[in-house]
Amino acid sequence: MIPLSYYLILSAVLFTVGVIGVLVRRNAIVIFMSIELMLNAVNLSFVAISRHLDSLDGQIFVFFVMTVAAAEVAVGLAIIINLFRNKETVNVDEINIMKW
Amino acid sequence: MTVTGFFFFSIAAVVLISAILVVVLRNPVHSALSLVLTFFSLAGLYILLNAQFIAAIQVIVYAGAIMVLFLFVIMLLNLDKEKRVGEKHPLQKAFGIAIAVFLLVALGSIVAAGVLYGNKGIHTDAKVSAIGNTKAIASLLFTDWVLPFEIASILLLAAIVGAIVLSKKEL
Repeated sequence: MIPLSYYLILSAVLFTVGVIGVLVRRNAIVIFMSIELMLNAVNLSFVAISRHLDSLDGQIFVFFVMTVAAAEVAVGLAIIINLFRNKETVNVDEINIMKW
Repeated sequence: MTVTGFFFFSIAAVVLISAILVVVLRNPVHSALSLVLTFFSLAGLYILLNAQFIAAIQVIVYAGAIMVLFLFVIMLLNLDKEKRVGEKHPLQKAFGIAIAVFLLVALGSIVAAGVLYGNKGIHTDAKVSAIGNTKAIASLLFTDWVLPFEIASILLLAAIVGAIVLSKKEL
């Protein structure tokens, strides 16, 4: 059996890759995908720890995280489409209409 | 190395490589396709962890529904390749990676310290596989977690209405 810490390290690395994507990339859609990567990293931790503790609550949490992720993607992509309609770009450096 | 270990390490390698490709590749379509690969291999890890139901909805919801939505939006926007980073903020890449490495060290030290503990639950592997993973999750979901389940349905309704309101030009 694989130790719990292997899964947690993999999840930490996956989360960090997602963070790098959010901080470095300029394309709003790729930033969105990186957020999905981070959500999946957390899901992996949930499932691994729930197996470790002989409980199913972690898997139920993953179910709800997926629900929220689906809702977030639907609304977020609608916002990105609207943004593209108004500004002709999805580069986050050029979208500063709310900057004071 | 055991069979489980072999599967774990090979799937973990695929997960990491495809996740890095999501961030590194310049074309959004290629990023989206490697994200699909990440989701599929994560489903493999869930099967290794005896979470068959989660693995199934990972493939159906994430690799199916969510990524199709992403690819549709990329297709609609007709994006060209992203310009190189660092035109406006030259130090952005360096600072971003430094912050991320700091975060990785912090997370890794928590795992290495081994401070994770908790009370053992009643759903052992043998018990869950006797009645089936999906059935076990369903019986929990519709008893202890029924209120969050109903709230999730309201959230999805709000998301549907919100997406339509946002993307329609005039109502």
